[in-house]
Order: sequence, then structure tokens, then C-alpha cells
Amino acid sequence: MPSITKPLIPLAPLAKNELGLTIRDYEGAMSTLCAGCGHDSITAAITHAFWELSTPPHTIAKLSGIGCSSKTPTYFVRGAHGFNSAHGRMPTIATGAAAANRELTYIGVSGDGDSLSIGIGHLAHAIRRNVNMVYVIENNGVYGLTKGQLSASADIGTRPKKGDANVVAPIDPIMLGLAMGATFLARSFSGDKEQLIPILKAAVAHNGLALIDVISPCVTFNDHEGSTKSYRFMREHEVKEVVTDFVPEREEIAVAIGGRETRSVTMHDGSVLTFRSVPEGYDPTNRISVEEYIRDHQRLGEVVTGLLYLDEGAPSMHEINHTPLEGLNKLPFSALCPGSAVLEDLMSDFR
Amino acid sequence: MEPTDVRDPNYYHQVVDCQWACPAHTDVPGYIRLISQGQFDEAYLLNRASNVFPGVLGRTCDRPCEPACRRGRVDGTPVAICRLKRVTADLKGDISDRLAPIPEQKNGKRVALIGAGPSSLTVANDLAPLGYEITIYEKFDQPGGLMRSNIPNFRLPAEVLDEETGAILDRGGVSIRYNSPVTSLRALLDEGYDAVYVGVGAPRGKELDLPGRHDEASSNIHIGIDWLESVAFGHLDSIGRRVLIIGVGNTAMDCCRTSRRVGGEDIKVMARRPREFFKASPWELEDAEEEGVEIVVNHAPKRFVVEDGHLVGMEFDVLEWDEGARHSTTVDTVIVPCDDVILAIGQENAFPWIERDLGVEFGEWDMPVVDETTFQCSRPGVFFGGDAAWGPKNIIWAVAHGHQAAISIDNYCTGVPLSERPAKGVNLVSAKMGMNEWRYHNDYNPSPRQQMTHVDLTERFSSLNLEVELGFSAEQTAREAQRCLNCDIQTGFKASACIECDACVDICPVQCLTITRNGDEADLRTRLSAPSNNLEQALYVSEPLPQTGRVMVKDENVCVHCGLCAERCPTAAWDMEEFTLISPYAGTSGVLRIPVATTAHEGRN
Repeated sequence: MPSITKPLIPLAPLAKNELGLTIRDYEGAMSTLCAGCGHDSITAAITHAFWELSTPPHTIAKLSGIGCSSKTPTYFVRGAHGFNSAHGRMPTIATGAAAANRELTYIGVSGDGDSLSIGIGHLAHAIRRNVNMVYVIENNGVYGLTKGQLSASADIGTRPKKGDANVVAPIDPIMLGLAMGATFLARSFSGDKEQLIPILKAAVAHNGLALIDVISPCVTFNDHEGSTKSYRFMREHEVKEVVTDFVPEREEIAVAIGGRETRSVTMHDGSVLTFRSVPEGYDPTNRISVEEYIRDHQRLGEVVTGLLYLDEGAPSMHEINHTPLEGLNKLPFSALCPGSAVLEDLMSDFR
Repeated sequence: MEPTDVRDPNYYHQVVDCQWACPAHTDVPGYIRLISQGQFDEAYLLNRASNVFPGVLGRTCDRPCEPACRRGRVDGTPVAICRLKRVTADLKGDISDRLAPIPEQKNGKRVALIGAGPSSLTVANDLAPLGYEITIYEKFDQPGGLMRSNIPNFRLPAEVLDEETGAILDRGGVSIRYNSPVTSLRALLDEGYDAVYVGVGAPRGKELDLPGRHDEASSNIHIGIDWLESVAFGHLDSIGRRVLIIGVGNTAMDCCRTSRRVGGEDIKVMARRPREFFKASPWELEDAEEEGVEIVVNHAPKRFVVEDGHLVGMEFDVLEWDEGARHSTTVDTVIVPCDDVILAIGQENAFPWIERDLGVEFGEWDMPVVDETTFQCSRPGVFFGGDAAWGPKNIIWAVAHGHQAAISIDNYCTGVPLSERPAKGVNLVSAKMGMNEWRYHNDYNPSPRQQMTHVDLTERFSSLNLEVELGFSAEQTAREAQRCLNCDIQTGFKASACIECDACVDICPVQCLTITRNGDEADLRTRLSAPSNNLEQALYVSEPLPQTGRVMVKDENVCVHCGLCAERCPTAAWDMEEFTLISPYAGTSGVLRIPVATTAHEGRN
């Protein structure tokens, strides 16, 4: 880690957002990850996204599990609420928190180990419930914290730094999301903030669980020749065909520039998401065509990135469960726990 | 933009704002680091190499470095560079055996220097170690020029000046003839010197010919620099109770503060224009006001009021200025009573002793025509420098001129064309000592600028020679030295090693880094991470990056040289490199000589 903490420079000419805050107000503690870690770039992208959205820091809740990725919530928005849970249990804690207090903006940060191995069941159920949260998987294909063993997202044929090439099929979180009924699915690359930041902003605006799989090279254990999650591999094999612009509700919508096809989706909060430059025949609201498109490119060894699938009409957890609008945490105790007489009454309905 | 060529000595030199602004290009961050390390002798010698009089300048310099200092753009107040220079002089030990030796065997060339002020002494300092036999002609009985005659002892103690002039005059190779004003250049040239250097300054104070100036009361009306000189040499030790100073430059400040010490009680500095147009340095104004001097603005002198043969006051037009203070209208007329008036409205050159048929061409304002690079006039072998060349400037400019003139004189005497000057050089050495360990203290110190302690007002006027500024304490020195941002430790970038992971861009505390597609400068400035609003500061642009062909752009404006980019770089594409400017001096002929256009003004950097 660096020898010094990032100093605060009084007169640095930094831009301010609508709240009068600079990007420095959305930072967290100094990262202790390896120099050059993709996770740090994602941290910076999250910082930028919240700053650009002018989200008040105290209205954000950041959650994580265990692993290199799960250390990162410490490194952004120091003024936010936070919970560092047990390995793989971030989606569970997030579900509970979101159920109790629907007013916060939830962002969970997890890794391929945390979400696709030990926590895959929890992830699947959070998707199924459509918890209103941003779910970032910082996907580097290895267990960096335990010296770089291949993880469940490693592609067939990828070589670890030491040892034999992988022979087991990977779990692709986007495919998992399509299968589990996810309503917002995106893939991006830590080295491409121009793409990642608008996706993060759209994810915050989305009503339901927004799953973002971010390829994030492990600079120490998975950035070599033969890796399919290195900086160089991504730069050579990334297919950035689904380019998206996110326009917050309060901003004027600019005319989309060029591109093969442009379509706009108005999001739950009134913001507008514009798919600019979408390949012909690609329909980001059609599960089947999206799956086909990703598969076709996977066969070519290519990684498709962008906001790949969106279903803005689906109900989120609160709508499914008809929870009160003001949030469970705002209910008086007498309403939350109305006593054994009411319980008896309820139970009698089921007899 | 084309990739930046950091091998050009001027690129990184400009990043070191203080060193770039200093006419003598003193290695400021270098000596401040030496102070932090307690190496005061080395810090003094590093200063002396470029500015020759660290003890004098540490008290009296005009400090062009401080308004330029990056720290001013970072927290609003520059590093107290000048005060730290004084620290090196205050705390050094005996350095006499570390000065360039003066050879016993002379080179057979004799050079005459006219005037023993800072520029002439610099020429002597540079040429004596090369074996030249130097003769200095000085009109007073002590060396130093205006440093002796015009800067009062309460700002610059005589022993400080004696020590630093002594380091040049008392080590051999230089003989000085006191009380020897040169009255004829022809006669001096007839003595057969190989070269002559004119460093006589701008010795004539400007006159103010208003009604009453030359009446019987004229003995109470003084020319500022002459009056200061009389006080300095002990010819005068009193003045009336009520004193008016006309003019508001640094000489005016010395006059009012000196008046305060020789009997003046009610002292007013009368200025024609509003305060923001004053020529005096802000700190000198503050020091004068602290001593109870009143500064009166918008008063234009009209006449001296003389009654019964005595000066009783001065009449002024009270002015109102338009915006920008270009045009004024008189709104009132007042008489300000006084016993003495000191005129401090500027200095002029005067060369009555240079015969006009010697081939020394004179141009506009009756000033000699002097080449701005070589300092030679139209007569080969005669050189001008300091205030004598282009009118009044200040000590540090005089020193810078002296160094350049010495190069010219050395060339002239050894048969090398004056245009073939030793080149400026640059040295870049990695500052890395280990994993995230550097040869400099890279953390940002948020301390505010340290305030100089002054002698109490109750004691201050007890003696004319009591130095007002007490110097920095050890604690102040340590804190102030840490405020320096080490701008000479440069962020060196090797594009071929970059994997575009963004770590440096993300960690930079001032967002001065951007990875983007290339464009012209105006376009790039619109696409940087932080608003680019200081067009005077350069953009560094790398070679194309290997993976995407984009470029790394760095806005040099408020980089705090913390080295975090290098600490977070996984491939060591960034490294912190110590920049050393190799300034040419006379006799550094081992360095490549390159021809330069003789119209460019070398010192103007």
C-alpha cells in the first residue's frame, strides 16, 4: 500500500456537483489492494457515479462479503452506511436491509469467489426477489486473496500463473442472471470508465436488482499471457457493441449521435437510458436474443460488454410483497408487532 | 500534441516554478531539502553557486520565486523561500575551504570591474578561480554597492555583507581600489585591460522639480538614495520630527523606516496612486506600517511650502482615479505640514564618465546599447551588467547578469565567439530507494506559512543597526521546509510500460492525470480529469500507450509531487525522478557549447 495517505489539497481545481461536493468528498480510506488492481478502478468508477448523480453520501448503504473485492466498499464514499458480512452472505444482508429501509440506495460489492462459489445461492435468491440494489461483481477469475487459485468464473483453457490450464466450464453471472429472471444485466471492464460509469448510474436508477459483472484484472495473479481476464486480453477481445448513455431525469435529453440503432427506455425514476449503437437485430429487452448474442460471441472468444439486458417493467421486492411505502423501519412498533391477538386472527385464516 | 520531450532542460525547469522565476535559477527545492536534512553548509553552497550572496538575498531579495511558488496555487501562500535562504546563511559553519580555489598560476588576463556592487562581485567570483587577475574600482571605501549604501543595517547587518563580499575579495585573484571612482573610461582602457566590465548601477536618484525645491529650504529636501547613503556611511544621524516620503517603492520603505530610527516620529509616505499599484513589495509595506508609518494614497505633490526660509509643509492635489487608475481628477488641494521631505521616486543611470568617441554606442534615454545575451556593448571587450545595463532592477538580477557577463568575458579573453555559450543541461535520476520509499519526503504537509518574528517595537528603535527580523527558529525552519512540494522531483513516465490500469489516474489527489485520445492542446484541455484553468502551466503528453494508442496527459498546474502515481503503478511506468538543472557558468567549458541567437535574453527566464 502507499507510503502516505492521499492528501487533501485545499485549492485543487476540482469540479463540484449539485450538492457542492467534489469527487474527494465521495472517496473512502486508502486502498490496501495491490498497485494496479482492477478493483481500485471500479472503486473510482463508483465514486464518480455517485458524485455525478449528486447522491447524498448518507443515503447510500454499501455492503460486501469476503475477498479482495469485498474490501473495496471501505475505499469509496466514507460518509455512507456500510456492512461487511460473512463470506457470500452480502446479498442476504442486503435483502434484509433493503426490506427494512427502502429509502437508502444499496450497493453491494462482491467478487467471483464470493458470489459464484460460496455465495451463489444467495445471489440467485436476491436476483429472484429483485431486491432494489446495485450488485457489482468484481470478476478477476482468481482467488487473489489466497494466492491466485482459479475461481468459478475462469474460462476453459485459461492458464493460472502457475499450474495447468483450466478444464472446468465457467459460471457466467450474466447467463445466471438471465436464467434467474434478473431485470438489469450489464458487463463492463474496469479499464473502461467511460462505459462503466454510465452503467453504474443507470443501475442506481433501476428499480430492482441491477447486476453488473465487471471484468477486473488481478494484476498480481491473473494479468499474464494465457489469462482471459488480463488488461491486454480484454483490450483485444472486448466487443463494446451495446453503447449506453444514461441521462438523469433532471437533465435535458440530447439527441443521440449516429449509431446503427438508437432506442430509449424511460426508467422508474424518470431518467432516460439511451441505447446508442446497438447491433442490428439486438433487442436488450428480449432475454432469448440477448442470450443468443452473448453465446455467439463467446464461441468466438469475445467478451461482449455494455448494458445487455433491461426489464424496467418488472416489480421489485417491495412491489411483489406490497410493503408499505414509508418503509418498515418507519412503522411504529404497534404496527410492526401488533400483538398475539392479531397473530391469532391471522393464523386462523390458514386453518 | 507531440509527445513532450523531457530531455529539453526547459521542460522540467518550468515545472520548478520558483527556479524558473529566479533570474539566477537557484535550485530552491534542492537547498530546502538539504535544510530538512540539517546539511546547512551544503544548502548554503548550493545557494551560493547560483546567487552568490545567500545571506544578503535571504534578507533583501525581491523574491520573484515566491509569487511563482506552486504552494501558492495549492494552499494560497507560497513557501517562505527567502526566509529559508537566510536559514542556510545563519546556520552554516565555516565554508571557506569549500569555495573554488584561486590558482597561484594566473592565466595572464587582466579584467577591470567598475563598481563593487553585486553584479561586479559576481563577475569577480566567477572569473578569479579561472586565473584571471581582477581589479575592481570602487567609489566608496567599502564594497557592496547599493547593498551597502541603500539597504539599511536594520534589514541587512554589515557583518553579513562583509562576510559575503569578503568571500570574493579576500581570497586572492581580486584587488580592489577603494575611493577610486572612474572618471574617464578612456583612461581606464588605456591601462590595457583585456576586458572591462561596467557594474556601476543606477546611481542617480530622480529629482522632483516643483516650486520651492531649490529655495533656501532645500537642505530639508533630500534625494532618497543619497540620504540613505549618508546615513549608511555615518555622515548623517538625524532628521526632523515630521517627515514626508514622496514615492512608494522599496527605497521609500527604507527611507521611512530609517527616518523612524533617526528622529522621525510623524512619518507619512505619500503615494499618487491607490495601493494596488504600489511598487513596493507587500512585505516591506507591512513592515513599515508595523513601525507606525502612515501610507497616504491619491496625493500628487504640487509644491514645497517654504515660510521664512524654512520648509513647513508640502502641498498636494488630492486625486480621484478611474478604474485601472489611468486617469485622475483633482478633487481637493491640501497642505501637509512637515520638517523634511525625502524624494524616493526612482533612480536613473548616468554615464558622464564615458567619452562618446570610444565606440560605446548610446541609444534611447542615453543608455548604452547592450546585447541582451552577451552583455557586451558596441565596443568589443566592454561589458555592462546589473542596473548599469538596462536600468534599475534588483540584486538577484544583477547577480544573474554577472554570471552571464563572466561567461562572455571568459569567451572574449580566450578567443571563443561570444555567441558560443555553454549549454544549459539537465540531469534526471530516479528518487526511488525501495518499495514506496523515496529520497525525499513525499507526504503533503498542511502547515501554514511560518511568520517571521520581529524585534519588539519597544526595543526596535534603540539602535539604528538593530536587525528587525530574528530569523526562523528550529521549529519554524522544520515546518516551513516541509511545506515545499519538491517540484524538482518529477513524475517521469515510460509509456511503453503502461498497462492503462488507471491506478495513477484514480489515486492522484488533484486529478492532474488523464488517459485519453490525443488531440491539439486546446482540445485536450477540455477533456482532462480536472478543469484546466491555468494555461501558463504545461501539459505533459506521453508517447501513444501500447494497448489502446491513447496518451497519458498530465496537467502540471497543481501536481503536488506526492509520488502516489508512482507508488500505485504496478509496472513502474511512473517513477519519481530528481531533476537537476545544470546552469552554465564561466569556465564550465567542458560542457557542450552551442550557438545561440544573441538577441534572446538569456536571463529573462
